[in-house]
Amino acid sequence: MTRKSGSGPVAADGALSHLRFCDFTGQLAGAGATRFLAAFGAQVIRIEDPVPEGRWDILRGNPPYIDERRGIDLGGAYNNHNVEKLGITLNLRSERARELLRQLVGISDVVSENFSAGVLDRWGFDYEALKAIRSDIIYVSNCGFGHSGPYRDYKTWGPIVQALSGLTFGSGLPDQPPAGWGYSYMDHTGGYFMAIAILMALHHRNVTGEGQWVDLACTEAACTLNGPALLDATVNGRPLRREGMPHANRSQFPHMAPHNIYAAEGEDNWIAVACRSDEEWQALRELIGEPWAKDPRWDSLSGRLEFEDELDRNMERWTRRHERFELAARIRDAGLPATAVQRPEERVDKDPNTEGWGLWPSVNHTAIGDVRVDGLPVHLSETDWRLERGGPCLGEHNDYVYGEILGLAPAEIASLREEGVI
Amino acid sequence: MSGPLADLRVVELCSERGAWAGKLLADMGADVVKVEPPGGDITRTYPPFLEDEPGPERSLYFWYYNTSKQGVTLDLENEAGRDAFRRLAAHADILLEDRDPGVMATLGLDFPDLQPSNERLIYVSITPFGRNAPRANEPASDLTILAGGGPAWNNGYDDHSLPPVRGGGDQGYHTGCHFAVMAALVALLHRDNGGRGQHIDVNMHAAANVTTEAGTYNWLVARETVQRQTGRHAAGNPTMPAQVRSADGRYVNTGVSPRRPHEFTLTHEWLEELGLLEQFHAAALLPLGAEREQFDLSKLPDDEDLRAIYGAGQEAMACIASHLTAYEFFIGAQKRGFQVGIIYSPEEAMADPHFIARGFPVEVEHPEHGRSFTYPGAPYKFEKSPWSVRRAPLLGEHSDECLPE
Repeated sequence: MTRKSGSGPVAADGALSHLRFCDFTGQLAGAGATRFLAAFGAQVIRIEDPVPEGRWDILRGNPPYIDERRGIDLGGAYNNHNVEKLGITLNLRSERARELLRQLVGISDVVSENFSAGVLDRWGFDYEALKAIRSDIIYVSNCGFGHSGPYRDYKTWGPIVQALSGLTFGSGLPDQPPAGWGYSYMDHTGGYFMAIAILMALHHRNVTGEGQWVDLACTEAACTLNGPALLDATVNGRPLRREGMPHANRSQFPHMAPHNIYAAEGEDNWIAVACRSDEEWQALRELIGEPWAKDPRWDSLSGRLEFEDELDRNMERWTRRHERFELAARIRDAGLPATAVQRPEERVDKDPNTEGWGLWPSVNHTAIGDVRVDGLPVHLSETDWRLERGGPCLGEHNDYVYGEILGLAPAEIASLREEGVI
Repeated sequence: MSGPLADLRVVELCSERGAWAGKLLADMGADVVKVEPPGGDITRTYPPFLEDEPGPERSLYFWYYNTSKQGVTLDLENEAGRDAFRRLAAHADILLEDRDPGVMATLGLDFPDLQPSNERLIYVSITPFGRNAPRANEPASDLTILAGGGPAWNNGYDDHSLPPVRGGGDQGYHTGCHFAVMAALVALLHRDNGGRGQHIDVNMHAAANVTTEAGTYNWLVARETVQRQTGRHAAGNPTMPAQVRSADGRYVNTGVSPRRPHEFTLTHEWLEELGLLEQFHAAALLPLGAEREQFDLSKLPDDEDLRAIYGAGQEAMACIASHLTAYEFFIGAQKRGFQVGIIYSPEEAMADPHFIARGFPVEVEHPEHGRSFTYPGAPYKFEKSPWSVRRAPLLGEHSDECLPE
């Protein structure tokens, strides 16, 4: 419990307001973890390198932008991933900077980073050094291959993690190359695992008093997500790399049919339908009301699976003639899971289940202005999250952190600026 | 040594939607008691099965999602079963449930029913659309969560006559469960700090919505709609292919292509080493990349020469990849500092020397079968309170110990 409640520009009444993070995370795989914690009031002090103007995080200054303005403080993705954090600069090439970092570590609960393995060590801040500064420090590192093993020096980003782990391969259709994930699923999810690791290590410290190092290898976290297909290979010897597989829009575990994404009326419009039982098929058959649907082969799951290609062709001939939102609603009324494949604008601006949840809060960013960001898909009855302040401009909180938290006089902070330390 | 949650008691009333959350807690040492109906949870009937023979103790699906838990059976349809459940909850730190909205209240086992006898209870409800939401009662599955919640729009092929792709492995359920665990742990730290328990409403559809990177924020910020592309990020404007078939037929991801002067030198040298310089049509452009003082990618739209050089770098990597085995390309490129990857199938990942060296694949004993089976290991390495794993419980295996009269 490092932080005194009730001070500084972070909510003081959150579930985590008593905690302070010395945070070197960036991009999404790391920044996404501390973003979640900051939403519950944790004081996350994000440290950036002033020399490349914070650009070791390539998202700083990168699109999307809300208007024509460009610059390192105007990147929309950076803002999204760093809401509610404090931002300071620190040039660790200088000894004065390293001394300031030692002071900061000394009053922090957690040091978090997602550099390539070895970066923090080279600055002289490996776990042993951190522990010498503060014996119960929690250090959580997150990189693609972890800090040991033959690939420890290899580099990754989301799509590479997904490729090595099996997740890219598992996302595809028969007779096609892997489709993979059209975004860094494992940057998001690596961040979730990192947040889980941090929170668990904090609980362990609360119980035992001891800190520790957690080495998170994003590729390994990803490998745990392959699901039962992995055991089918290791236990039954049936690899996922086989004829006709993967078929990610169908359901093997459990078997369901029809279960697919079908073309609907219009350009690039699609509808997803999952039929979970024979009873649901009967309801769907009534709704379809066409002669082909009455074929007794479809009455049992085994029949629907045996002739699934034919069933899917028939399904698509039917769905293609219908408006997808309207058809999905009718299928749901019959009791089956169904949905239009929603475009961003549809799920963000027209789906009552996101807006009504408060999923797109507007934050105020010092340079950008008011802008919407991802909210959280959970609500807590006692200590809910809050996202109000945008991500920090480069060095935005230098005066607050070095002055109010570390107790430096204004003249000292001015000299740090002049000497290029911050 | 034991996991960081060794002091916690968790009651889990979950089937396919929420079991992953219970596993994440159980493998880290929490005493997770999974409550099943007398005939067993329905996921015991899900394939794949050991040696393809169905049976309640043979579902690899159930094995996968229920490691390290204890198993009890209770009939919540009768009062005695509900009483026993209340007694379990009275001594629990966390309760995880994934029933449809309204079910727990009908049973008299909702948060307001249980909290009076346990102020410290953290009660986590995992539902497709959240409990207090306009679409709370709609039917849903992993497919419709991912298709309606955003991810599927991003995944697929350059050819838009092919459908968007869900992505394998029930990631819609996984993502909801990740948020369930994160939120439960936040509530736990609040309790550690003197607070009381609380209810947590987890919305799986919302979880998918905030797990699509630019798919969401390019719309939120710039009103731009990304379009799916084969094997790479969906984008507003098309980007160059990143997936190449290597000489052994497996695909590789050519990743971040050369973008620094010395990387063009390395690429040129590598082509030369492989004897490919002659046949690579844009070889002459690579030295021009090496001569540039810096490479500002933001200038690409306006600088035609830069665009040609950048494209040559990317094509050079694709050329090399197509002439090597996937593994040779992966190692060769990474040793030169390029972020590339092999597109492994899940079982191939488990056999990779790096993961084996780190002890990632683990053997889990199944004494009933007189042998062990290989499972994926720890998602994180805790130095002092490590991850560990036991096989999933047999049906009602721990009823006697966990349900004292």
